Amino acid sequence: METSRLTIERIVNYLSEGKRFDGRSTDEFREIIIETGISKNAEGSARVKLGKTEVIVGVKLGLGEPYPDSPDAGNLMVTAELLPLSSDRFESGPPGIESIELARVIDRGIRESKFIDFKKLCITEGKKVWTVFVDIYSMNDDGNLLDAAGIGVIAAIKDAKMLKYDEEKEKVIFSEHTKDKLPLSKNVPFSLTMHKIGDKWIVDPTREEEEASESRLTVSISEDILYAMQKGNLKEISIKEAGELMDLAERVWKKVFPKIEKQIK
Amino acid sequence: MTEEEKRKVVIPGEVIAKGDDYLPGEGTEKREKEIVAIKYGLIEEQDRLIKVIPLSGVYIPRRGNVVIGTVENITYYGWVMNIGASENAFIPVSEFPKYIDNEDLEEVISIGEVVVAKVLGITKRGIDLTMKSSGLGRVEEGIIIKINSNKVPRVIGKGGSMINLIKTETNTNITVGQNGIIWIKGSKIEEELLAKKAIVFVSEKSYIHGLTDKLKEWIEEQKKK
Amino acid sequence: MTTKEFKREDGRKLDETREIKAEVGIIPNADGSAMFAFGDTIAIAAVYGPRQMYPQHQKNPEKSVLRCNYSMLSFSVNDRIRPGPNRRSMEISKITEWALEPVLMIEQFPNMVIDVYIAILQANASTRCAGINAAAMALAHAGIPMKDLVSSVSIGKLDKHLVVDLNKKEEDYEEGEGATDMPFAFFSNEDKITLMQLDGNISTKQYKEAIELAKKACKKIYEVQKEALKKTIGEGD
Repeated sequence: METSRLTIERIVNYLSEGKRFDGRSTDEFREIIIETGISKNAEGSARVKLGKTEVIVGVKLGLGEPYPDSPDAGNLMVTAELLPLSSDRFESGPPGIESIELARVIDRGIRESKFIDFKKLCITEGKKVWTVFVDIYSMNDDGNLLDAAGIGVIAAIKDAKMLKYDEEKEKVIFSEHTKDKLPLSKNVPFSLTMHKIGDKWIVDPTREEEEASESRLTVSISEDILYAMQKGNLKEISIKEAGELMDLAERVWKKVFPKIEKQIK
Repeated sequence: MTEEEKRKVVIPGEVIAKGDDYLPGEGTEKREKEIVAIKYGLIEEQDRLIKVIPLSGVYIPRRGNVVIGTVENITYYGWVMNIGASENAFIPVSEFPKYIDNEDLEEVISIGEVVVAKVLGITKRGIDLTMKSSGLGRVEEGIIIKINSNKVPRVIGKGGSMINLIKTETNTNITVGQNGIIWIKGSKIEEELLAKKAIVFVSEKSYIHGLTDKLKEWIEEQKKK
Repeated sequence: MTTKEFKREDGRKLDETREIKAEVGIIPNADGSAMFAFGDTIAIAAVYGPRQMYPQHQKNPEKSVLRCNYSMLSFSVNDRIRPGPNRRSMEISKITEWALEPVLMIEQFPNMVIDVYIAILQANASTRCAGINAAAMALAHAGIPMKDLVSSVSIGKLDKHLVVDLNKKEEDYEEGEGATDMPFAFFSNEDKITLMQLDGNISTKQYKEAIELAKKACKKIYEVQKEALKKTIGEGD
């Protein structure tokens, strides 16, 4: 059910005092639960719960041709499906703009942060490289699917093992993993979405808070470096606010990221 | 929670009773000499009548039900309401307590607003609602929450005991729609949120005995926090 | 080789299923939901409805429409599947509808739709059976009136021997007469079959034995489905 206009008014009023319905402070995440290795046939997989929100992410490898502008680097393909199983607001059929945007924002964070070392995923320069498929599925939507997916993607990529490549036959053995992990760098792109409700900015909104939101800014951040960004929704952001959001993002990263790291080590 | 506190649960297809000593009630079916459950829920026995009380399932409107809904559309003749049933309901302009011109509907209640109404009747054409009775009308402010309509009797309690307890303890006004939509209004948002949590507590624990006492304990704990 | 000497690759007895796990209420947003697993095969099902039907022209004025949607997550198998429907998933969705609808008492919901979404999280054969078992539980959990539950299992014939609940390696068995895959679904408490498919080679006489074996296995499956439903009554809102 859509959140009632009356409830939204209450959410806005309460937030004007800095308070949220579930008692959290404006910069506080819900409890994060991460489980890795949840799907054996995936090279890597993870389930992430943010309160009642749940997403599942799987990583698969395949062989492909490199793009002409990066003949010595592996490929990345991120897709997201917002399953009708996870909420009555999603419909069956081709992916809608919400899932396309989600996948693209996450894709840019991984790519630009060089979280995956794509140079090490080249088999024959100009001819054959590994393609990393990252597939995201929503299981239950209670707000902030994007950040849940972002956390799931980090966890699933860190969980991923390489597949065996038969050099003589030039073929992948899909059922055999090696002991090697996917080659990664130290930059872990943490996706963080900040929402403006009334005159306050919050993080990790529940679904009803999301419905009260008039503007959002997603950043992909590691410490104080930004790798990707997306402003969503209609309401404009002042220059002063944009500056404050940079501080908020850094502060939340410091608070939340260690909790994620702890669970995926 | 001990096993004793849980009420007996049955699933569809399960034989509840054998022989002719019992009569099949709601949520059951007689098949030859057996009474079989056709719904997932709790068994209730009254004299010889056996019923299954479901805790899930769609809201089925009945005449006289007070429901809470949202205005989805406005036509020349009245308001189209979403009451969480399988189809939309309709409040004809003539069922508004005062005379209004057909041209002015939008100014009286606009799209997205919440209304407490009563089911007048269910016809082939659809569900008709009225606002002509005390306690019915447009909702000005408060929190709207939703629970499964099958849990409404537990939230209200025998003779309103449960809901009155919540109202008194949280100092709020609460209107429970039979469709599971609930309107909570207090003088402070904190009170409304406590009432909301209390209702969710009751609805999540609908399957245990002695729920009123459990709720009292729970509210005491919450107030200490 | 006699039946007694035949050894299954994972050491199971011929009439033994893999470890069965079932849980209800795993998707809070859904009206009903369940997980069902045969060993490494994990199915998740969510039910929404009865609710308003779109597109309008697919409405049935006599009863609610049951609309099943089976899909495998892209990484549920070794070789990644492209997300979205394909011919196989569309066929399984349909036979799942046929397997489940006979137990539903949905004449009281004309013009509406009951949506059942099945997602295979991890696949090691028998995914349609796991999906049907999860969906039957999710339908009961959603409060849909039902004559009975549905329980489903696959019977295999490996060379000449009937076995219960095929896994992937068994599905690919090549010795002797090779592998035959026969999924079944039944009313849990009655002798009524709602799903019969076959892939392979088997005599009519031995197929009759396969039916009996499937029915027996489904009794055990039903006990697990029942227990999971009874454990989680009323939780969530």
